[in-house]
Order: sequence, then C-alpha cells, then structure tokens
Amino acid sequence: MEWIHYAVSNFDVLIARTIEHIVLVGIAVGIATLTGVPIGIAITKNEKMAKTVLYIASIIVTIPSIALFGIMIPILSIVGHGIGYVPAVIAVLLYSQLPIIRNTYTAINNVDPALREAARGIGMSQNQRLQKVEIPLAVPVIMAGVRTAVVLNIGVMAIAAYIGAGGLGTFISRGISQSDPRQLILGAIAVSLLAIIVDYALLYLQKRLTPKGMEQVPACN
Amino acid sequence: MIRLDNLTKVFDTPKGAVVAADHINMEVPTGEICILLGPSGCGKTTTLKMINRIVRPTSGKVFIDDEDTSSLDTQTLRRNIGYVIQQIGLFPNMTIEENITIVPKLLGWDKAKYKERARELMRMIALEPDAFLKRYPSELSGGQQQRIGVARALAADPPVMLMDEPFGAIDPINRAVIQDEFLKMQQELKKTIMFVSHDIDEAIKMGDRIAIFRDGHLVQYATPDTLLAAPKDSFVESFLGEDRALKRLNLINVREVVSTNFETVSPRDSLESALQTLDKCGYQHAIVMVNEERQPVGIIPRAVAQVSKGSCHDYAQKVPAVVNVNDDLRKAVSLMLAHDITWLPCVDDEGRLCGHITQRAMTHHLGARFRTQQATAELADPMAEE
Repeated sequence: MEWIHYAVSNFDVLIARTIEHIVLVGIAVGIATLTGVPIGIAITKNEKMAKTVLYIASIIVTIPSIALFGIMIPILSIVGHGIGYVPAVIAVLLYSQLPIIRNTYTAINNVDPALREAARGIGMSQNQRLQKVEIPLAVPVIMAGVRTAVVLNIGVMAIAAYIGAGGLGTFISRGISQSDPRQLILGAIAVSLLAIIVDYALLYLQKRLTPKGMEQVPACN
Repeated sequence: MIRLDNLTKVFDTPKGAVVAADHINMEVPTGEICILLGPSGCGKTTTLKMINRIVRPTSGKVFIDDEDTSSLDTQTLRRNIGYVIQQIGLFPNMTIEENITIVPKLLGWDKAKYKERARELMRMIALEPDAFLKRYPSELSGGQQQRIGVARALAADPPVMLMDEPFGAIDPINRAVIQDEFLKMQQELKKTIMFVSHDIDEAIKMGDRIAIFRDGHLVQYATPDTLLAAPKDSFVESFLGEDRALKRLNLINVREVVSTNFETVSPRDSLESALQTLDKCGYQHAIVMVNEERQPVGIIPRAVAQVSKGSCHDYAQKVPAVVNVNDDLRKAVSLMLAHDITWLPCVDDEGRLCGHITQRAMTHHLGARFRTQQATAELADPMAEE
C-alpha cells in the first residue's frame, strides 16, 4: 500500500496531472464531436459516402496508438510539434471519429420513417426537420458515441505520456523507467478511476440532454 | 375541391418500371370526404401522397380549389394541406402543444394566436386543454394520440386534408368512437378530405364518395349507395363482399322506410275495440298502445284481444323494442333479430310514436333501389367512363 502514501504525499501533482489529462481528452473529443457529428449527419444523405467514411474511420482505430504517434513525429516536426500534447490531441481526435460518426449516422438513419414522413407532410424544410426532429431524437445515441470516445481515449492519452504529452500516463511511464511500482500503480488506478467517473458523469449529461418525453435512453452505444 | 388530372406515377425498380397509379382522373367536391379504397398495392396511397408530393408525380396535375398546385413550392403546398398518417407520427420530443402548433409556427403566426388555437383544437377533439397540452405523446393512449394527430393536421385550418389510414392502428371500439367524433367535426368544418382505407365498412361509414382502385387504376368512383347497389365489375363486387346488400342497411335511415299510416289504441279502450282496429287495419300480430303524449307504452297482441275481455290497460304487454327514426336500418334489423319480431314501432327524439317499420317494407325498399340502380347503371354506363 505504499502507493497510497505516495499519492497522499504527491497529492498536488496527482491533481495537476488529472486535470491535465481531462483537459487534453476534453479538447480532443470536443473537437472530434464538432467534426464527427456534422460528418455523421452529412453521410446519411449518401450511402456510398457513408460506407467509405466509416471504413476509413474504422481503419484509423485499428492503428496502434504507439504507431500513430510514431507516424506523426516526422510529420508534425515540420511545424515544430513532433512530440508533446499536439500529436496526442490529434491522435485522440482521430480515434474519436469512429464512435462519434458511427453513432450519429446510425441515430439519424434510425429516426422512425413515420416521423420523417410526418415532418415532411407538415411542410418542414430539410433544415427544420434536422433541427427540430432528427437531431433532438438522435441526441441520446450521439452522446453514447461521445462517451465511448472519451472512455477509449482516456486510455490512449495515458500512452501519450511517452511522447511528452503529460497527464496521468506520466506516473506510469516513470514508474516503469524508474522501476517504481508506487508510481506505476497510482497511474494505472488513477486512469481507470477517471475513466469510470467520467463515464458516469457523461451518462448523467446524456440523460439530461435526452428530450423529455423519450423515456428510453439507450444503455450504451 | 381537389381535382386530379391524369395523375400518374411510375416507379423505376430493378425489375423494370412499375406503374403505381395510371392516369387517375377524379374530383372531390368541396366539403366532401372521398375514400380511396382497394387492396394493398392498388395505388391508393401513392395517389394520395402525390397530392402533397410525398410521392412526386411522374405526370399529371393536382388542382386544389381550381389552382394548379404545381405552381406552388413544396413546403407552401404541404403547410396548406392537413396530413394524418396511420403511424400518427407525433414528435416524441415535443409536448402536445408543441406538436399541435408546429404548422402555425411555420406559417409565422404570433404566439398568442397559436396558443389560443391549440386550446381551441383540444376542445374540438374533446381533450381537456389544461390536462393535456403540457404532456408528451408517450403519456397518451393510442386513441388520444391519433386525436392529437388530427388536431395537428387541422391546426392551420387548411381547406384540404389527406388522411392515410388514419384510424387503422386503433382498436375497433376506439376506432368507432373516433370515427363518429371525426364525422361530427366534419359536419361543422366542411373540409375537403381524401382518405385512404382498406376497410369497406369504414369507407361506407365515412365516405361521401368512394373510389375503388385496382392495380393502379381507378375502377369505380361513386357514392357508397351506388357502389353497393351497382358495382361496376366483378372485381368491385367481390371486393365489396357478398353481403354488400346488408352493408346498405347502414346507409338508409329508418325515416326513409317508416310507414306513418297506422292505428293505435289508448289504455282506456276496450279489448273489443282493439280487436276491431286490428281487423280493420289487417294487423296480423299486435297493435301499439300509446299514452297521452303518444309514447308507446304497450302492445296488445291479437291473440290476447281475441280471448280476453276488459280494458287495454289491463292486458297490455311490454313493448319489446322501439327504433328511432334517425337510426339506420342496420339497427332496426338488429332489434328485430334480437327480439324475434318482424315489425318495430318507430319513435322520434322525444319518444313519441311516429310510425312503424316492417321487414317487408325494408326488403321492398332495398330491392326497389337495387332495381332502379341497376336500370340507371345500364343506361348510364357510357357516362361512367368519364
């Protein structure tokens, strides 16, 4: 239980790195949501495009994070950010695309055709249908995608400590290099706890964002 | 008024072109309900949906109140047509009030006006505004939801309504109630309505006119009575069913068949005079006894009058059943069957006797109309092609 003593005596560092971790994942998934949701909506209009986009997004997720960082180092070196938080954020941004795009696409596509027809028959324009009907109904499933992205990438961000991104992964990388189990265990537990807590927080947010009148919230994506 | 002019829809499918609606020509006069009826895949729904361009016509035109709708943009057209679908399609993320006021909002009404309209509509469909407006569709029963669906379609007071099997998903008991409510509303609203159904009984009940479709063609377009009395071909005949003559019972009021030429007795009369009246009028079974308000209070069977002596009051038997003159013949027949009788006293809304109806009179009436319908149908056959 030495790691507990370590955690207590280094509490300020733990908090700082946790915040760092949250901010990095938050920025990356935030940007990913801003890009992924519009892409997900856009591809509902074209099935061929949808297949291509989802295929590419799936391939990206299969690239191991360490390899992705390796690929980015020479590319981002051109602008002087080969290592550090920039490649980490970009990696998380890329990994987040699949769950967010896929869930958005599925949710919009699965809106009850009767509701679509009613909305058309009433005389709503395409934008009005999206804004007032399709997106509100898709929110729970889109949020489930965001949750998946966040939880997945809290882990990815831990590995990004190796390229100097900071965050809770620093405890783990130092624990390994210094053969210090206290730091290693603290880092591992902190990352896991963060993932669980954030998942619940987002689940709460998901329920809050679900339009009233739609009681059934999909449990997960 | 809705007029369809050579309206045609051809769907391109992998197996080749399919003609879903083939040069449909018909006109629904203002304030009438026209039922589009036929088996599934006959083109009735396609025809309906071409009117508000949910399905884009391949060729042909739709006129609403003599205006060619092809000159209108799609959204304007749809906002001026009420649309009710079988799946109801209330938006679950919106309250009842938000659902009902969508079209007025799209049309740019001001808030006070559309809020008041929502309350007015709720009263029209007999749902308490304060209890329902703030609730969500999922909290309502199917029947209530479809009433809201109708209210939403009526919100901006469109002259024309399209209804695609609107009551198809509602249980039979509630369906009958909603149909009655809707007909009552229609008496005041006088909308021009196209209504898709696959239920012949619903069509007869709701329709001022019925259009029968088959394989994308309009086979026959006529009033329910004409349709039942003179189906144009064997397809229409089989679609209407072998009991089509019975279905006509729904369309005829007791008032049309009642015989007002009749005699009665009063409680003070003697059985002897009752028997004389029975003989004089040739009544085989019984005579009705009425009180001072002319309400039927009993009957004197012939058998009783023949064997007993005394006043009618003492020997009168209970009236087995009476029928209101405003009821349809179906109810009259039903009562006769239930009570094993061949005639019924008929009363007005105040319960006063105003005549009687016999099985013979009904069969004669129905038969006579069949004969004339068939005769005119034969004469007018070339015109039916129009």
